[in-house]
Amino acid sequence: MVALDGNAIGGLLLEVFGTDLTAAQTICATCGNAAAVAETVVYLRAPGTVVRCRTCGNVLMVIAQIRGVSCVDLLGMAVFDEGHDR
Amino acid sequence: MATAAVRGRLTWQSATVTAVKQETDAVRTIELDVPDWPGHRAGQHIDVRLTADDGYTAERSYSIATADDEPVAITVERLDDGEVSPYLTEELRAGDQLELRGPIGGWFVWDTSDGGPLLLIAGGSGVVPLRAILRHRQRTGSDVPARLLYSSRTLADVIYRGELDQYHDGGAEVSYTLTRSQPAGWTGYSGRADAALLAKVAWPASQHPLTFVCGPTSFVEAVAGNLVALGYPANRVKTERFGGT
Repeated sequence: MVALDGNAIGGLLLEVFGTDLTAAQTICATCGNAAAVAETVVYLRAPGTVVRCRTCGNVLMVIAQIRGVSCVDLLGMAVFDEGHDR
Repeated sequence: MATAAVRGRLTWQSATVTAVKQETDAVRTIELDVPDWPGHRAGQHIDVRLTADDGYTAERSYSIATADDEPVAITVERLDDGEVSPYLTEELRAGDQLELRGPIGGWFVWDTSDGGPLLLIAGGSGVVPLRAILRHRQRTGSDVPARLLYSSRTLADVIYRGELDQYHDGGAEVSYTLTRSQPAGWTGYSGRADAALLAKVAWPASQHPLTFVCGPTSFVEAVAGNLVALGYPANRVKTERFGGT
């Protein structure tokens, strides 16, 4: 499966969180790398959507949707910040 | 109970196809009338959802091809083993309905106030959001210097060629590199967008260019790596990757 980037989950994040988060900042809980969501590594059908740190490969986020319920795991991030400039 | 407190919740909606235009053998532009469209920014995309008779759904993201003051259009390349693109490029007709959501994206976007100089690098149909940026630049009368390097397999695969060639008049430089075959007398570049070619085409890093790279994952990663090697700071190189299904 080809890895994409966080631009590809803009719609999914908007659906789950109600706001566009592609420009939101993440800080990896494993290596401390700071990156915009758009810069992360994304596997769309892993199954579920898996978001990894581009620097160390740690799983930052997992989103699984089944029967209309979204399960969201954000434990791989130390910071997930929408920012204040929008 | 009121549900209006949920801000900006993204919902699927139905749009009407107003026109289709064949761009190349495998590529079509689909113009859409989207009720209550809030407007979009150059570089954003929409998600398209197809639903089969048995309820199976398939979703794909497509970059918006038009400037922010124009109706929404997407440009779709047919992938022969795809689930969605064969329908969009072969079956869909003006007057048909299409389910979509958007606009989406706040990072791979460009407004004139973001400045430049702009370096746009496209691999194949990755040119679509970059064309939206060039259209936006043109329609706003922006004088931000811009260069587009467009990597395509053959000249026949180049999308929007007639339009792109006109941007020279507005101060944007457009160059092509053909990776698979070149017509007789070809005066553009040949081969991949490697370090040597980027060194020729890219603005000097000292001018603090703002770069947008869009294409297949392997293309984007090679180009972004080469730009960083040329001294481009990674935080001024924005990338968007697309996959093959």
